Amino acid sequence: MNEMISITGISKSFGSKRVLDGISLQISSSEIFGLLGPSGAGKTTLIKIITGQLMQDGGTACVFDKDSRKLNGNDHRRLGIMMDNFGVYDRLSCYNNLKIFARIYGIRDDMIYSVLRKVGLESSAKSAAGKLSKGMKSRLRLARAFMTDPDILFLDEPTSGLDPVTADEIHKMILAEKERGKAVFLTTHTMSEAQKLCDNVGMLCDGHLIEYGAPDDICRKYDHQRMIRVHLKDGTETIIPHNRNGADKMCELISRGLTESIHTTEPDLCSVFMELTGKEISA
Amino acid sequence: MKNIMAIFLKQISDTMKNKTVLIQFVMFPVLTVIMENCIELDNMPEHFFAKLFAVMFVGMAPLTSMASIIAEEKEKNTLRALMMSNVRPAEYLLGIGSYLFICCMAGTAVFAASCGYSGKELISFILIMAAGIILSETAGAVIGIASNDQMSATAISIPVMIVLSFLPMLSMFNETIGKVAKVFYSQQMSLMINGEQSTSGIIITLVNMLVLVAAFTVMYRKKGLE
Ligand SMILES: Nc1ncnc2c1ncn2[C@@H]1O[C@H](COP(=O)(O)OP(=O)(O)OP(=O)(O)O)[C@@H](O)[C@H]1O
Ligand SMILES: [Mg+2]
Repeated sequence: MNEMISITGISKSFGSKRVLDGISLQISSSEIFGLLGPSGAGKTTLIKIITGQLMQDGGTACVFDKDSRKLNGNDHRRLGIMMDNFGVYDRLSCYNNLKIFARIYGIRDDMIYSVLRKVGLESSAKSAAGKLSKGMKSRLRLARAFMTDPDILFLDEPTSGLDPVTADEIHKMILAEKERGKAVFLTTHTMSEAQKLCDNVGMLCDGHLIEYGAPDDICRKYDHQRMIRVHLKDGTETIIPHNRNGADKMCELISRGLTESIHTTEPDLCSVFMELTGKEISA
Repeated sequence: MKNIMAIFLKQISDTMKNKTVLIQFVMFPVLTVIMENCIELDNMPEHFFAKLFAVMFVGMAPLTSMASIIAEEKEKNTLRALMMSNVRPAEYLLGIGSYLFICCMAGTAVFAASCGYSGKELISFILIMAAGIILSETAGAVIGIASNDQMSATAISIPVMIVLSFLPMLSMFNETIGKVAKVFYSQQMSLMINGEQSTSGIIITLVNMLVLVAAFTVMYRKKGLE
């Protein structure tokens, strides 16, 4: 595995408020990492530090084995960044918005169209960015991040406030990038998004990474009940212990053909976060 | 250079669609052409309106546009995206600055033509205007960097603009104002354009330049382009 991002002991305070306190993690190529945390947890701050937009107080952040404070133009080209607050030029068309960055990066015009096609904005190439819907604006910001065909994508809440259909399309684009060997660092409030997309997630709370791992592993880890919930054909539900004692009962139900569906009772990421912090992670 | 060019070209397409900025460049040259051709009063100095509006133009257009462009990019977080693409602050400022400079020089051509300048006169008029435009752009950049959004940029630009562009006009009618106005480069420009070229005028202009560069440096160190 190829480490694309490696951070150790990152700390950052604003005034007396410690936003990040000793954060460490690694992200390799073909990995989607999701940073989860409530509003104000410091997700954007961490992305800013890793991408060299903000200085940390302590610790080191490396991308491509290089200190993020020393990234040069060539390194920046290999990073596709979509911050939650990056704006677009409202008066310019989608095409012209991208054209600015194409000029900066020395990218050919046909690449602009291919990126617009990729994010599904081809037919709006000539529309003023200010007149786009929220979802289309997000696509445009995503297009800008895709422009240089970067090796790492930083996506700060890429689907926040979008309708499910658009969000789903963006998920597909993110997964396609992973298939092409890119590393993706995304932040989200949406647990289902993390569960669906991410190879690994980190939960950020009070400056610490309180849990890290593959979403399914985390959920299994906090499955204290270890029960199996069985919906029966008569419409009732029964809970069976997920152990040797429950096995006979389970076998019997199945062999008698009484089961409609079988579920485990492991929690979702939301409840895990709740259990760990006593806080709601929202939506 | 590539980055400066990208910013320059971006600003061309953006200004074409931005009427509030565009009108500043067009208003005074158009007014000049109209007034010079329509109004004829006794005792009026030669090319009174062209000279007056040239100075007002320099005190207004480069200053307010520079401030509002920078402030808008900060407010809408487009500047951030540029900086993340490795556009350096100096490249950004040069890109916008050179674009505004060229626009203002186009206006200058209209004023010069209205005054019927040629030869040495033309060259000295162009130099005076160029210096004034650069000074105003610097002042605009200071305001743009100091403010976080367009509202505050406008709030600061308006009084500064009034001082710079109206004092030279008012000092034609009132000597006291004239004395006060002398410390500003726009009044010195006005005097020079009206043929009162003096060493003290050049010194005052240079001092203005130093003050503005110092203000720029302090403000930039304090706030950067964030
Ligand atoms: N430049 C700054 N100056 C002072 N405080 C800041 C600054 N940037 C962020 N903060 C504070 O740091 C904390 C973390 O902010 P951050 O934007 O990283 O949160 P976030 O997890 O991205 O939240 P959200 O989900 O709402 O985007 C917040 O309390 C915020 O007020
Ligand atoms: Mg954020």
